[in-house]
Amino acid sequence: MTRPTVAVWKFASCDGCQLTILDCEDELLAIAAALDFRMFLEAGPEEMLDHFDISLVEGSITTNHDAERIREVRERSGIVVTIGACATAGGIQALRNYADVEEYTRHIYARPDWIDTLATSTPIAHHIKVDHELHGCPINKEQLIATITALLAGRRTPVTSHSVCVECKQRGTPCLLVSEGTACLGPVTHAGCGALCPSINRGCFGCFGPSESANLPGLLEVLRVAGNDEHEVLASLRTFNVTKFDTGATP
Amino acid sequence: MNAIQLDPQGGLDALVELLLADGFRVVGPVVTGGVIAYDDLSSGDDLPTGWAVEQAPGRWRMHETGDQTRFGYTPGAASWKQYVFPAHQEVLRIRRTDGSFAVTRPPAPERPFAFIGVRDCEVTALEVLDRVQLDPDYPDPRYAERRRDAFIVAVTCAVPSATCWCTSMDGGPVPQHGFDLLLTELNDSDGHRLLAESGTDRGAELLARLPGSLATPLDRSAAVAVGAADTDILAPKLSGKELPTLLAGTELHPHWEEVADRCLACSNCTMVCPTCFCSTFTDHPELEPDVASRTQEWASCFQLDHSNLGGRPVRASVSARYRQWLTHKLATWTEQFGTSGCVGCGRCTTWCPAGIDIVQETLALIGPAADRDNTDRDITDRDITDRASDHRDSGHRASDHRASDHRDSGGPGTA
Ligand code: SF4
Ligand code: SF4
Ligand code: SF4
Repeated sequence: MTRPTVAVWKFASCDGCQLTILDCEDELLAIAAALDFRMFLEAGPEEMLDHFDISLVEGSITTNHDAERIREVRERSGIVVTIGACATAGGIQALRNYADVEEYTRHIYARPDWIDTLATSTPIAHHIKVDHELHGCPINKEQLIATITALLAGRRTPVTSHSVCVECKQRGTPCLLVSEGTACLGPVTHAGCGALCPSINRGCFGCFGPSESANLPGLLEVLRVAGNDEHEVLASLRTFNVTKFDTGATP
Repeated sequence: MNAIQLDPQGGLDALVELLLADGFRVVGPVVTGGVIAYDDLSSGDDLPTGWAVEQAPGRWRMHETGDQTRFGYTPGAASWKQYVFPAHQEVLRIRRTDGSFAVTRPPAPERPFAFIGVRDCEVTALEVLDRVQLDPDYPDPRYAERRRDAFIVAVTCAVPSATCWCTSMDGGPVPQHGFDLLLTELNDSDGHRLLAESGTDRGAELLARLPGSLATPLDRSAAVAVGAADTDILAPKLSGKELPTLLAGTELHPHWEEVADRCLACSNCTMVCPTCFCSTFTDHPELEPDVASRTQEWASCFQLDHSNLGGRPVRASVSARYRQWLTHKLATWTEQFGTSGCVGCGRCTTWCPAGIDIVQETLALIGPAADRDNTDRDITDRDITDRASDHRDSGHRASDHRASDHRDSGGPGTA
């Protein structure tokens, strides 16, 4: 692929994942040289092409309008890469899936009748075929660059799906769960962040969603025995990837 | 073997100073982030003073003792493996030039390592790893470079932890060989001191430059007493060299599924293990056109894609992955490399977030000694103790025992 045309799309999201692209400070010139960004509102370009070689999609589907728009994105795109927990799991806004959205709208908006929203927040892959997914809230810069370079070289993207613990140990961080009883979701969480939180003495909060063999009941039992409050632990599973961490209990 | 008495403070300062001056990269235990870890030392002061560690399955806690003890704890959270076989390393970098490729490799480390505070299980673990990584047919050149001339300062274990089981694996608290210097911390009516003994010529040469007084026979016998202490913890829990035989035939044991319910497949056990050597290579095309790099990272048999064949995992279930791990460590490794893959350091048990205990799981698989269908020769705790002490006395190590030595001992799985 020689200098493919690229679009960055936004759905229901906070823009943090798009900003990760701009956050590639040292590599930004090389990225701009390798990719031809035509549509990237956060950075400026706004040119609607009939066909984009690569579409990076941020955000989840929360309105009928967006559900239509994402199909149009698919039609115009060669490769679709979803970026971040909203696009891959529905994001924190998917908490609505377990609540009464009408009641929310009534309480929050002065004119609820102006609000046109779906009762659910769903991942992009529920609506269209997605070619690659980058997890995380936000996505990880190294994974993004590795995905771009793999696509440019026509190779498989190098995203592994094992636990955060692997990265934690590769980085040399001693296990907080074992040494302090810290509630850490690392053992059930998809790698990709480089075990950032444990490295700063904080338990993983699962922002990359479940790992390939996530044993949630096993971890819940471990955390209970370590003295963690069950409700707090369950609450920590009901954040950015609430739709993916299936705890068997309604939030 | 030459021996001197060292001051626990001044002696260690001098040791680190001399090794640094001799051009070594000196690494040893330090207290960091609530654990004992291994890190670069710039002076003897960096080594912990007055710390004790409590280990149990899935649990590590430390506390200050208020005394001046320097080695009153057991092996660190991570092992020396991280230095001779780093978790992540660039292997090569390729640049496409006119019609060809230019390949560059990272330079070898400038200084050889000096490891201070290496326990008996850890000396053995390095030897086990050597057999794998320096296999004459498939040597790992990067490992060879990092391992070359490593200076080993071993330490006698005075305070084993509850997860230690080296005596089941032909080891024990007192390093018998494989070191340049051996330190034993003594604290009795004759005072607090370190007995330093040499194990090699270069160890003796360094010993001669250390500021100590000649050791007495009393120091020697005190050192022996240190090694014999804590027999409760160090009583052998099972017979390591029988395990290849005893584990054969357990493939379909229901206990594998029972462990899989608890196992998080997180890979912590393999990452902290001083002998687990699996790694994976990844090629990275760079953003810069015509440049690519190749890296090597630790991998684990607990990763789903580790057993991919033709893009599909052979060991999809966690029970199959746990079985692969345990039986490779304790049984099939012997066939492959001539030693057990386990030295009994207990790290996999301490650092398993789920507290899965390699000894207890193994016992559940092979059953208590008395119940074993072993008509020719029942293995009793007494036998194991006797055998363990025989090995120590004769200086035999795990590496001297091949599975074939006891193939026809009549154990289950050989019938
Ligand atoms: S701190 Fe968390 S991520 Fe790291 S090894 Fe422990 S459980 Fe896994
Ligand atoms: S298998 Fe466990 S006890 Fe054996 S050497 Fe590895 S970490 Fe230590
Ligand atoms: S045995 Fe323990 S450390 Fe190993 S993968 Fe299972 S849960 Fe993780």
